[in-house]
Amino acid sequence: MIDTIGMIFIGLGLGFDVLGCLGLVRLPDVYNRLQAATKCVTLGTCGILFGTFLVSGGFTETGFKALIAIVFLVLASPVAAHAVSRGAHRAGIKLWDRSVVDSYAEDKEGEA
Amino acid sequence: MKRLRWIAGAVVLLGLIILIIVLPFRSIFFRQNPEHIGFVGRVVYILILSSLLVLFRVLRGPTAADRIVAIDIFGILIVGLCAVLSIATGRSWYIDIGIAWGLQSFIGTLALSKYLEGRSFDD
Amino acid sequence: MKSRGLMFIFSFVVWCILTWVPDIQHLIAGAAVSMVVALVMGSMFLTRPHMLFNPIRIFYFVFWYVPVFAWELIKANFDVAYRVIHPEMPIRPGIVRLRTRLRSDTGLTFLANSITLTPGTLTVDINRDDGVLYIHWINVVGTDPETTYREIGSRFEPMLRKIFEEDAVEQ
Repeated sequence: MIDTIGMIFIGLGLGFDVLGCLGLVRLPDVYNRLQAATKCVTLGTCGILFGTFLVSGGFTETGFKALIAIVFLVLASPVAAHAVSRGAHRAGIKLWDRSVVDSYAEDKEGEA
Repeated sequence: MKRLRWIAGAVVLLGLIILIIVLPFRSIFFRQNPEHIGFVGRVVYILILSSLLVLFRVLRGPTAADRIVAIDIFGILIVGLCAVLSIATGRSWYIDIGIAWGLQSFIGTLALSKYLEGRSFDD
Repeated sequence: MKSRGLMFIFSFVVWCILTWVPDIQHLIAGAAVSMVVALVMGSMFLTRPHMLFNPIRIFYFVFWYVPVFAWELIKANFDVAYRVIHPEMPIRPGIVRLRTRLRSDTGLTFLANSITLTPGTLTVDINRDDGVLYIHWINVVGTDPETTYREIGSRFEPMLRKIFEEDAVEQ
């Protein structure tokens, strides 16, 4: 029974992984790709790890390590996304043509 | 034209995923939990499919930031791959490999984005 | 000193979980390694250690912030999946400002991380002196401060003020 629930979690996480990678291919510029990929792949991998926790039988060695990996991923991946987007904007990579507004560039022009 | 491309891509992806689910799987792993082997094999195939999508973005990415994002996402996918392999073999140190890989990927992404930032004309 | 002790306990617990079945050799090696880590890195771990022992803050954090955060994360994933699958890609991206009244480092970090993992938003930069966050929004509704606060900030900022800011609970 609990194995089946774990497998359902792994399947859901896998679906989100594929969708995140599809977003990485389809969306038009760096920032949109970063959004889709970071959110979908983080939750998808957390789902796979939680499914591993359930399938491997609760609080065994594998289960504890899977929980630690979940906490680490949720803390680390937004920081990486923030660093990459800030670096991309500072390096002068433009937004998509049909973007609506860019307040950050306006404020940076004001400072310089 | 755009809709046509979308339909073609969706048909190809769906066909690949259905092929993977239907495909009878020949075991390449150690047999410790034989009841999970077929399921784990399909999971590994689908993860390889999404890694191919990521590698497409690494090859075609118009800017350096695209490639950095793709490498970061690739590292997170490998953490999931290690978790699934630890189910297949019943050995817990596969998740250790995953945690270490994730840490290395995170630090590498931070360093690469700092490098990207320092290359600008501002300062 | 208090920060170093906390760092020692924290790294020792993480070590015990990573080498799960406790064993006398594992415990001795873990104590040595966490002592070295605490001596080298301990002074950067926490700047305000007394905040960690306030039971009201811990209660708010576990029973209010974590469930809301998990629910928003799941909603964000369905939102992004819908936008990716749709053939026309209904996106209107842009970078907007969000004014916040949070000042502490921990509060700002948690606010930025929560915004990154909630539907359609990604923190690009933080201006700590003015309290302004620059947010890449995948579907811009409006650019004036009231709209951005209502759509993005109002879910997390009040509870983070209550959890992390100095004067919200202790008075």
